[in-house]
Amino acid sequence: MHLVLFLIFGALCVGAAINLLVQKHPINSALSLIVVMGSLALLYLLLGAEFVAAVQVIVYAGAVMVLFVFVIMLLNAGEEEVLPHTSRVAVTLGIPGLIVGLAIGVWVIAHYAGLDRVNIGGPTVSNGTESFGAPSFVARLLFRDFLLPFEVTSILILVAILGAVVLARREE
Amino acid sequence: MVPLSYYLVLSAILFACGVVGFLIKRNIITIFMSIELMLNAVNLTFVAFAAELRALSGHVFVFFVMVVAAAEAAVGLAIIISVFRTRETLNVDRVNLLKL
Repeated sequence: MHLVLFLIFGALCVGAAINLLVQKHPINSALSLIVVMGSLALLYLLLGAEFVAAVQVIVYAGAVMVLFVFVIMLLNAGEEEVLPHTSRVAVTLGIPGLIVGLAIGVWVIAHYAGLDRVNIGGPTVSNGTESFGAPSFVARLLFRDFLLPFEVTSILILVAILGAVVLARREE
Repeated sequence: MVPLSYYLVLSAILFACGVVGFLIKRNIITIFMSIELMLNAVNLTFVAFAAELRALSGHVFVFFVMVVAAAEAAVGLAIIISVFRTRETLNVDRVNLLKL
């Protein structure tokens, strides 16, 4: 059951990601990205990460993508034009290089698949599979062990809001 | 259960799609979306390893990556609006001067 769901939504994910590359109009790419993020949220649920899945839908597929679509419509972005004398190096060299890189990656994963498990540290949850990744465990970790980084992120968000307002302000 | 390597391969494919989009796209907004795609691929790796190693800190790292990505999206889109105001274009090939 897990494998079937993984295959369905993994294929949806990859298909939407490729569609993002193929589409010419930015709004179509944005909608493909929403599909990618939605299927990723389902994969997180399969992995038992309930909190991460909820945040993925709310923050990424919701807030960030609304921002993207808003900017695309605000700037009236149309189909992209290809200038005649642009560099074609990325197209001619990038795709073979990428295939080689991907092949190396797959080989490494296949080669080291039987490696013993190592724990990289950090709190672990050893009781049943159901509760792993539940919001209460993540919250306990976030507000106790990672309290200082959590407070720092709020300052980061504040600075980002100020920066966005200053940058997007119309100059007099 | 799904083996860990399946998730890693899926994540690698998504990251590769992001890299390709970053390199071949000429619209600045689409380039920005490719960066978001790469961040999502990395998040999938974090969650897959967290499930494999039974270590919850992976979920917390994903949370921090999302916060940074949201901040990055807000500032980046503000920069895009500002660039469009001064140059009237979204094509990165036309944005080739530091100062107008």
